[in-house]
Amino acid sequence: MAEVKSVPFRGTKAQEEELLQTIEELKDEQGCLMPIMQKAQDIYGYLPYEVQKLIAEGLDIPIEKVYGVATFYSQFNLYPKGKYQISVCLGTACYVKGSGEIFNKLQSKLGIAGGECTPDGKFSLDACRCVGACGLAPVMMVNDEVYGRLTPDMLDDILAKYK
Amino acid sequence: MGNVNIKINGMDISAPEGSTILEAARLANIEIPTLCFLKEINEIGACRMCVVEVKGARSLVTACVYPINEGMEVYTNTPKLIEARKKNLQLLLSNHEKKCLSCVRSGNCELQRLCREYGVEDEDYYQGEKQKFELDTSAPHMIRDNNKCILCRRCVATCEKVQGIGVIGANERGFNTFIGSAFNMDLAETSCVSCGQCIAVCPTGALYEKDDTEKVFEAIADPEKYVVVQAAPAVRAALGEEFGYPIGTDVQGKLAASLRRLGFDKVFDTNFSADLTIMEEANEFIERVKNGGKLPLITSCSPGWVKYCEHYFPDMTENLSSCKSPQQMFGAIAKSYYAEKIGVDKEKMFVVSVMPCTAKKFEVGRPEMDANGVADVDVALTTRELAKMIERAGIKFRDLPDEEFDMPLGLGSGAAVIFGATGGVMEAALRTAVEKLTGEELKSLDFTDVRGTEGIKEASYSVAGLNVKVAVASGLKNAKELLTKVKNGEADYQFIEIMGCPGGCVNGGGQPRQPGYVRNTVDIRAKRASVLYNLDKTNTIRKSHENPAIIELYETYLKEPGSHRAHELLHTTYTKRVVNKETL
Repeated sequence: MAEVKSVPFRGTKAQEEELLQTIEELKDEQGCLMPIMQKAQDIYGYLPYEVQKLIAEGLDIPIEKVYGVATFYSQFNLYPKGKYQISVCLGTACYVKGSGEIFNKLQSKLGIAGGECTPDGKFSLDACRCVGACGLAPVMMVNDEVYGRLTPDMLDDILAKYK
Repeated sequence: MGNVNIKINGMDISAPEGSTILEAARLANIEIPTLCFLKEINEIGACRMCVVEVKGARSLVTACVYPINEGMEVYTNTPKLIEARKKNLQLLLSNHEKKCLSCVRSGNCELQRLCREYGVEDEDYYQGEKQKFELDTSAPHMIRDNNKCILCRRCVATCEKVQGIGVIGANERGFNTFIGSAFNMDLAETSCVSCGQCIAVCPTGALYEKDDTEKVFEAIADPEKYVVVQAAPAVRAALGEEFGYPIGTDVQGKLAASLRRLGFDKVFDTNFSADLTIMEEANEFIERVKNGGKLPLITSCSPGWVKYCEHYFPDMTENLSSCKSPQQMFGAIAKSYYAEKIGVDKEKMFVVSVMPCTAKKFEVGRPEMDANGVADVDVALTTRELAKMIERAGIKFRDLPDEEFDMPLGLGSGAAVIFGATGGVMEAALRTAVEKLTGEELKSLDFTDVRGTEGIKEASYSVAGLNVKVAVASGLKNAKELLTKVKNGEADYQFIEIMGCPGGCVNGGGQPRQPGYVRNTVDIRAKRASVLYNLDKTNTIRKSHENPAIIELYETYLKEPGSHRAHELLHTTYTKRVVNKETL
C-alpha cells in the first residue's frame, strides 16, 4: 500500500478547540460531514490524519467515511500548501507546449506527487488550468510569480531562488 | 397497505404497495439478475445488472430500487435488456483481472456465472486502461485483491451496516475508485476484527481467507508429527453445501469420515471442548455472582467479538469471561492431558481446527494462546478450506459413509453442538449453571427464549431465589447496541452471550459462500441452525456436565472447574486496543 508522506502535523490547541466546537454545533444536522470538513480545512488549511480522526471521533463514524469523502472531492486537500506553492498550467495551450513534462520533472525533483507538499513544508505542487498567459506557454507559477516559455533545464535555477 | 396491479412480461401480477420491481418479479417466480444488491444492506442500484424496461420510462431502470405503481408494465428479458446486461458485464471485465483458471472463486464466482448466462463470448471486448493494485496481505486472516474487485460495495455495506465497524470504504473517484481503508492503511493497521463477513458477501475473488491448506497437507505427510483435528459445531451444518447438498443438511458423519480419509491421526470434535468451556464458564458465572465479581459476564468464544470488545469497548474487557474459546481449550488439552495420555511429545503434536470462522486464524496467533509453551492450535482452517482439501485429496464426499469422531476428545453433548447458533452458548451455560445453583435436575432443557435469529434477545429466569437476567446478541452492530445500553446503565443483565457474526457461527465468515440471490431470498442462518438444534434433540447427552469424557478429564487431570491447572490451560487475558491509532 502506498506510503503517505507528509509534513509533520503542527495543529495547535486553539485550532482543535475551534474544530471541536464546530462539530458540536453541527453534529445533529443531517449531512453535517461536508460542512464540518470544509470548516476543518478553513481552520487547518488541509485535512491530515489527525484532523480526520478528530472529525470521525466527534461524529462517532469510521474514519474511512471521512477519508472517502476527502478523496472523492477535489476541494479537500490531504496535504498542506507549501511556503512556495507551485502551480503548473496543464491547460490546452501549455500542455501542447510541453507543460506535462515540466510537471513530471517537478514531481521527480521535489520527490512528491501533484497535490502533495515536501516534508520540510517548503514546496507544494499542483496542476492548474490556464493562468491567462497562454502566449508564454508553457507556464507555471510560484506563489504570485509567473514563469513562462519554460524548458525542463530551467527548473533547477527557478527552484534555487526559493531554497 | 394494499396491493398494486402490474404486468411483468405481459402477465398480470399483484404485489404489495411499496415493493420494488425486483420483489414483485420474485413473487411471480421471475428472477432478475443482480450483482451489487443485498437486501436491506446494499440497495444502491450501482451495478446495473438488474436493468428492466418500463413502458413509458425514458431509459432502462434498475429493478432493485425502482418501486412499482398501479398499471406499470415491465419487461425483464427483452433482447435490448440482454444486450445491455452483456455490455455491462463486458465493461466490468475491461478492468478486471481475468485470471479465472487460478482464481479462488472459479466455479462459484457471481461475475463468472453471469458472463456465462449472458453469453459474453469476448472477455476482452473493451481494451482500455486498467487499474493495477498490490495485494493487501497484512491481516492475519485474509487477502484483498482489488484487481478482481468490481466495486459492488457489498463488503463495505456489510462491514459498516451489519457489523458497525466500517474500516473499508470507497476511496478516490471515477476510474481511480477503489475499496480500501482510510489513508490507505493496511487492513492490519485498522480496527478490523477479522470476522470475514466481507469475504462471505464478495461476489468475486477479490476477498478470500489466507490459505493454510498446504501447511496441513505437509503436517499430515510428516512422519514426525502426530496430527489431530477438531471440527467446530457449525461446520457440520454447512460443509455439505460445498458438495451440492441443500442449505441445512447435516453432514456430521461425512465430516468425520472425510477428515479420517485426509489422514489425520485422530479425528476429534470441538463439541468436546465446548462442553469444557461450559464447565469453566458456568463456574466462573456462579463465582462472580456469589463473590460480587464483575457483571454482566460476557462470553468470549467468538474471537471476532473479543477483538471488537478490545477495540471498541476496552473498558469492558473485564466483563469478558476469562475462558478461552473452545478452539483454544481443545488445543491446550490436546497438547497436555491427551499428549501425556498417549505418550506423544507436545512438540510433535500438531493441532488443526476446522472452523466456520476467519477470526480463528487471528486467534491461533494471539500471544496468550500457548498454555504449554507451544501454540495451543497450529492451524485454523475455514469450512471452505476443508472442502478444498477434500476435493484435492480425491475424496468423494457424497459417497462417504457416516462415521463417528474418535474418543475421548470426540465426545460432545447436545449443549455443545448448539454453540454454533446464536443463543446456543447461553442455553448450554444455563443448563449447567441452573442445575449447579439449584442442585436439582432441570425439567425442561429447552431455553427457547434465547433461540432464533433475531439480533438481540432477552430473557430472565428465577433460579434458586436469584433473578437471572440474560441477553444474547449476534452481529457486532447489535452487540454495540446492547453494550451501549449496559454501559449507560439502562440494562442490568448478569450474563450476556455475544457472537461476532449475525446468527452466530453457522453464518460465520469462513462458511461456504452463497451467492447474493440466495442470501436475499433464503434464511441461511435459520436453516443451518436447525441442523444443530436437531443434533441436540437427538443426542443422549444434552448437558455439558454429564459428558463422560469431560467428567473423566476433571476426575483424572483438572480436578475441578476453576482449579489451578484449569486456569493455566483454559483461561486467558485480553488486550485493550484503540479504534484509531494516534498518528499514521
